Amino acid sequence: MDYFLQQVVNGLQLGFVYALIALGYTMVYGIVRLINFAHGDVFMVGAFIGLYAIEGARLPLAAVFLLAICGCALLAVAMERIAYRPLRNAPRIASLITAIGVSLFLEYFTSLRQVFGPNFYPFPRPFAISAWEFRNFAITNIQAIIFTVTLCCLVLLQFVVRKTRLGRAMRAVSHDHVTAGLMGVNVDLTISVTFGLGAALAGVGGVLYGFAYPQVNTFMGVMPGLKAFTAAVLGGIGSIPGAVLGGLIMGQSETLTSAYLSSTYRDGIAFLILILVLLLRPTGILGTQRTEKV
Amino acid sequence: MKKAAIVAALALVLWGCKAPPAREIKIGLITPLTGDVKTYGESVRNAFEIAVDEANKAGGVAGMKIVPIVVDDRNDPTEASNAANLLINQYKVRAIVGSVTSKAAIPVSDMAQSGKIPTLTPTATNPKVTVADAKRKDFMFRSCFIDPFQGKVMAKFARESLIKDKAAVLYDASNDYSKGIAEYFADAFRLMGGTVVAYESYGKDDVDFSALLTKVKASGPEVLFLPDYYNKVGLIARQAREKGINATLIGPDGWDSPDLVKVAGDAIEGGYFSNHYSADDTRPEVVAWVKKYRDKFGQTPDALGTLAYDGTNLMLEAIRRANSDDPLKIREALASIKGFKGVTGESAMDANGNAVKSAVILQITGGRQKFVKEVSP
Repeated sequence: MDYFLQQVVNGLQLGFVYALIALGYTMVYGIVRLINFAHGDVFMVGAFIGLYAIEGARLPLAAVFLLAICGCALLAVAMERIAYRPLRNAPRIASLITAIGVSLFLEYFTSLRQVFGPNFYPFPRPFAISAWEFRNFAITNIQAIIFTVTLCCLVLLQFVVRKTRLGRAMRAVSHDHVTAGLMGVNVDLTISVTFGLGAALAGVGGVLYGFAYPQVNTFMGVMPGLKAFTAAVLGGIGSIPGAVLGGLIMGQSETLTSAYLSSTYRDGIAFLILILVLLLRPTGILGTQRTEKV
Repeated sequence: MKKAAIVAALALVLWGCKAPPAREIKIGLITPLTGDVKTYGESVRNAFEIAVDEANKAGGVAGMKIVPIVVDDRNDPTEASNAANLLINQYKVRAIVGSVTSKAAIPVSDMAQSGKIPTLTPTATNPKVTVADAKRKDFMFRSCFIDPFQGKVMAKFARESLIKDKAAVLYDASNDYSKGIAEYFADAFRLMGGTVVAYESYGKDDVDFSALLTKVKASGPEVLFLPDYYNKVGLIARQAREKGINATLIGPDGWDSPDLVKVAGDAIEGGYFSNHYSADDTRPEVVAWVKKYRDKFGQTPDALGTLAYDGTNLMLEAIRRANSDDPLKIREALASIKGFKGVTGESAMDANGNAVKSAVILQITGGRQKFVKEVSP
């Protein structure tokens, strides 16, 4: 039982990080029906901003997160303006391929020596690691930070989407952006903000990831991005609670497979779950045709 | 127009009057200068440069000036294959040194074999580099020991010097080097009466080892064997300590990098690994080499650089003995070399193109590598 609980805690850590990234995929999909493949790379940029903020500028933790949030949000807004907006009324496949292009551009451009460089860099931790031992399991301070920060982000996001004017605009645009525009909603701005919000979460995720697995490189976003995308689809792409649920399921299935079967089957089982869910519920666990999509 | 023609003709005549142009021999180097094992690649390139410069200053090899061509493979099998293709078919090199890791050297060996260019990897230790499906790739050589030997050395060390009974092994299932050495270690450890309590694999892009390490911890190992390159080892070591695993960490030559301590921090302190040479060695060859490298690059050469120096010299020696730039003749000479004395000791080529050499065991103390003992084959 102790072993099981400990593994569940391990799975939660992974799951929350996936959830943070998955939210960005799901929000952007909800509003412009675009699978933003460059999202994993925005996450990578967030981790690098964290690296420079801690190592170069020695900023306090809150400022590190703030900087990563702003940097990633700006990057995503620019990305949307330059690459996606001109294609908004083009066939869906054109923007999809553009997204892949943007992703490759970010990976290879940042791996130039003049940008981040092509190597693996150790990620500094501004605090020492410690663990709280409970009766049946232990939680490290890094896990505690990941849980708290992710939950705060979720609550904040739900608040923005449900309770603010901006959130209402986002929901309106996701239902029908033409009509929303006719009703006086600034569609371009709303879409930009959605991209920015999703990217901000990815920025936070990048820094947290750096703390948990202290090594960064310019291709680090590829696998987490893919897993988080899977999580978003599993939970029902377009649905915010779905993205979180999907992330947690992915985290648990990976951890528990490693724990009780073999780590070799880990990704296989995670994707098997995805296939089964999509066969039974093609819109994902929480996704329905009429789900509020933001 | 006429004038230009006259000038050109004159230039030709003048060119002809000069001493016959010195003959040149192109030698390629394939090495990872970027990516996850870049410190390996840099050491190897530095050492290769030293060896080539020395030979050129001494008048070249067999009357030919050496033209080195260095290509980066990013420690990626596909890139390594492309690099070999570029060197063989575009630059028309006569010999290749490289690549550095087994996973990159295996595709290079296949290209060398089909292009019939003698190739020597200074550092790739997996048996499959020179032999595939029990068939010898006769253009491929290496100037280092191989993984079965290395696995046995560490198993013996864990059993007899550290006196441990229970070992756990974590390896990268997608990496030939890691997978091979994990098997050799586990087999040898069992043969010597120990128990392998956990034998687990991960993928090359994994960074979260918490599930695996929780499992490893539950199995109660006394030593944890980590056969991988330094970046991965650093991550695993750190997470292992965070999970409260107190087992002694041991590993193979992949640990040899100044970056290991940067990634792993205190977690790697007290760990042991097998290597090809120790910079603390007091043999005059080693002392002279360490000084030479320090003077030029301002740091102590690691084993990879040292092996690359020996390997490059071995290749040059073969060209000297062949007294020709014909790849076939160079191959013949390389295959028959015996008693070649390098910095890492005397070595001979066995029938499979592998060097027979002794290993050393180093410990990481105070963030530095300390010589523990030497193990002969």
